[in-house]
Amino acid sequence: MRTMRTEERSQVAEPRDAGAPRRRRARPRDDRRAAWIFLIPAIAGFVIFYGYPTVRGFWYSLTDYNLLTDPAYVGGDNYAQLVRDPQFWHSLTVTGYYVLINIGSQMLLGLLLAALMHRLTRSVMLRAMLLLPWLVPNVTVGLLWIWLLDADLGFVNHLLKALGLGTVGFFVSPDWAMPTIAMVNTWAYTGYTALLLYAGMLQIPQHLYESAAIDGAGELRMFRSITLPMLRPVLALVLVVSLIGSFQIFDTVAVVAGGSGESSAIRVIYYFIYQQAFKYFHMGYASAAALTLALILGVLTVVQMRLLRASRSDLA
Amino acid sequence: MRRIAKIGRLPAWAILAVALVLTLFPFYWMVRTALTPAADLYSDSGALFPQNPTMVNFQRILGLTTQEEARAAGGSGAQIDFARYLLNSVVYSGLIATLQTFFCAMAGYAFARLRFPGRELVFGIMIAALMVPPIFTLLPNFVLVKSLDWVNTFAGMVAPSILMTPFAVFFLRQFFLSIPRDVEEAARLDGNGAWGVFWRIVLPMSRGPLITIGLTTTVWAWKDYLWPLLVGREEETRVLTVALGVFLQQSPNTRPDWTGLMAGSTLSVLPVLLLLVFLGRRLVQSLNFSGIK
Repeated sequence: MRTMRTEERSQVAEPRDAGAPRRRRARPRDDRRAAWIFLIPAIAGFVIFYGYPTVRGFWYSLTDYNLLTDPAYVGGDNYAQLVRDPQFWHSLTVTGYYVLINIGSQMLLGLLLAALMHRLTRSVMLRAMLLLPWLVPNVTVGLLWIWLLDADLGFVNHLLKALGLGTVGFFVSPDWAMPTIAMVNTWAYTGYTALLLYAGMLQIPQHLYESAAIDGAGELRMFRSITLPMLRPVLALVLVVSLIGSFQIFDTVAVVAGGSGESSAIRVIYYFIYQQAFKYFHMGYASAAALTLALILGVLTVVQMRLLRASRSDLA
Repeated sequence: MRRIAKIGRLPAWAILAVALVLTLFPFYWMVRTALTPAADLYSDSGALFPQNPTMVNFQRILGLTTQEEARAAGGSGAQIDFARYLLNSVVYSGLIATLQTFFCAMAGYAFARLRFPGRELVFGIMIAALMVPPIFTLLPNFVLVKSLDWVNTFAGMVAPSILMTPFAVFFLRQFFLSIPRDVEEAARLDGNGAWGVFWRIVLPMSRGPLITIGLTTTVWAWKDYLWPLLVGREEETRVLTVALGVFLQQSPNTRPDWTGLMAGSTLSVLPVLLLLVFLGRRLVQSLNFSGIK
């Protein structure tokens, strides 16, 4: 959800009149009554489904809670247990492994596609087609690839056989499962990443390329000396936003686990929390793990906000 | 802009073409499999076209055939009703997208234009919620919905999303700040109250951003899996994503019912494909931000 919404965050125009003098009349208008009426739904939604659960989540993390009996306060026990839980650390490692492969490949391929589109075409049609995998539910994406990569009947394994290579149990083998899921999500999100980077590239003044061409610079040189440095703020922002999204991988893992059985090789942190909460009903423990994840993502979000501000001054 | 030497362009276009094929081929394979009779699945598994194309897979997952016919066509015989799940998905995303957009527009307008004490403070607190990852609020929200006895009701499914999301409030406020004040002031002098200005002047002026937010919210809700899985697993509220997950696990033997699964997958792709065909330009250009400013 976070990833998919980045674009508008940036599309929004700067507030023009923030802090500007508002006083045109003798007495400033006071819309107090109207304002609170306008805000009733949003405030209700915020308090009930964001504010209150945040406090509750924090409280649960300090309790032993199984959904049936009332939460019992246990202090920092959940956190102490978490630190000693090899499964928790393993799930963090698995997530890191996933993020590394997914973000690495997705950013590189996205950059390549964006740069090519930027120098070749403005086609909306092409961009729309590249965006299609991002519009499709992750569950569907997972199913498509489980089928394409099926060890016996999958199309990809037919190809491998035709090439004289052996078949691979992509989702079944513990060594292959996580990289496969990472690449499946790279397939789903590369077009989207490319479009964001492409939009950033459109902001680079065209005359830079024109004068570089007059000076005899080749495409690679232009990419290195103009595109990359000028794109840096956008690139950094897209990277952090993608990272935040990537850490929260769940759907694809859940589908694969449902299809070929769950294994520790693909138990990412979100899935760990999900299992603790809804399979073992360790609500308190799950909340402690969720809070830990929230802290990790919080650090990334702070970085994101800083970049957002930095990019403003850079490209303004 | 088009300064790449003619010869250099060819490999560049070739890479784009490969990317396009890699992007679209899985969808082709999905449709191809959905049109293949289950009996041909094995013999046809490497063929680019189905030898005996059929609509029976769609018919059976939509509940248009009898149980016996469905089983004969490769189904497990388990109750499966994708027409209902499709409808549920449409209701789920439609409700969330329209209500959330409307309520967030109201809030965004109040934060952008109305004057009241505490405005910046309340706005700041709401925006701070952007920092809280969904999984953290998801557990307590589940407990809340459960205690209200709203599990497996549409109320429980949509409640956390219809009133607001911090991001939509922020986005729409930023837009409302950017529209010229003069029009609103004039409408005020004509005797309109805050609501009149908002309803008659501001909303009609804001169609673009409202559609953008509505569209992205629709897509988000369409893709949503974890929350509906927890809160709406039963038949009555089951959405497509949850149904596909259940369908995969219901496999009769060791082998999943791939022709049926791919027919179901096709149903989950068709609506977004329509969205892309009719609103593709807007969707693509909404990613076309005017610089990260």
